Amino acid sequence: MRLVVHNMLQCHVKGCNSNNFPLRLFDVELEIHEIEFNPQFLQSLLPKLDWNAFISTANQIGITSLPQTLPEEIDEDFLKNLHRILFETHIMQGKMVCSNCSHEYPIKEGIPNMLLNEEEAEEEAEVEAEAEED
Amino acid sequence: MLPTPNLDHITSNDYENVYEPAEDTFLFLDALENDIEFIKNDVNPCICLEIGSGTGCVSTFLGQLLGDGATLLLCTDVNPFATAITVKTAIRNSIHLDAITTNFTSGLLPRLYHKVDILCFNPPYVVTSSEDVNSKNFIERAWAGGIYGREVIDRMLPLVNDLLSSNGVFYLLVISDNKPDEICERMWRDYKFQFKISASRLAGREKQFILKFWRNQTCM
Repeated sequence: MRLVVHNMLQCHVKGCNSNNFPLRLFDVELEIHEIEFNPQFLQSLLPKLDWNAFISTANQIGITSLPQTLPEEIDEDFLKNLHRILFETHIMQGKMVCSNCSHEYPIKEGIPNMLLNEEEAEEEAEVEAEAEED
Repeated sequence: MLPTPNLDHITSNDYENVYEPAEDTFLFLDALENDIEFIKNDVNPCICLEIGSGTGCVSTFLGQLLGDGATLLLCTDVNPFATAITVKTAIRNSIHLDAITTNFTSGLLPRLYHKVDILCFNPPYVVTSSEDVNSKNFIERAWAGGIYGREVIDRMLPLVNDLLSSNGVFYLLVISDNKPDEICERMWRDYKFQFKISASRLAGREKQFILKFWRNQTCM
């Protein structure tokens, strides 16, 4: 699971509605898989990232080369570093833990598993209502 | 014409656990290929999402059409065998994509709210009893659509409204039994989505359609 994907995931246990993003990473095993650098695509994706969540997550796994806030001027060096961290760094094994309810979502062979059992799962209708409030 | 993604890494054993690409899958590829200029120029997708990716054939193909690394390709499937194979199919075809084992988009909303530019769904569409929809067998879950084959499709429709960006497009495979007119009417009535038939084919006894939906901009 790449960090870009982690930035899109939050806890969806029934009733877990605050402090459920980002999920905290534990016991991670990382691999680097190179992918072609595409600065236009990266720039178009930037506004969709939750930068604070991304930085705190990168810090958790020992990556501290990124600034706390997005710089005004974005140069190619910045983008290349970001590309490496966002798109080339894969979490192959580990777990994601909710800071609010402590539910653990496993990551195995690079794939996160967000499935919940019936008691834990929130109704889709409730998620829609929350999304509309944003 | 781009060739179908290479699936030779998938064994007959694997096909006991994941839906094997068939006429419906290939119709989906046709629709995407026919639309590629529109997708590249008018949509210029940043985030693509496929629900129920199965072998990953459709998203891998989309990745090949757009060029590796040109967009974020996300795939979900409720079947962990499927998400594992989805990743392998992409790698086999030199495409990078991201797979998440989850039910529909659970865990991805609200983060993906109004952010998905290309949304693809080849649903379980076969008319069956309601019980079959929740089968313990993943292959059955891949095709059992319940009453009018619509039970899973109907759960997806409201999520489309949450997920699609302002110029995003939703591609949905249906058959005649699913009452596509009713689906289109509902999408217009409830969410003001415009629609057209992107591709169709007679496959044996089934008439299959790829429906394409997008937001009516003038209403915004």
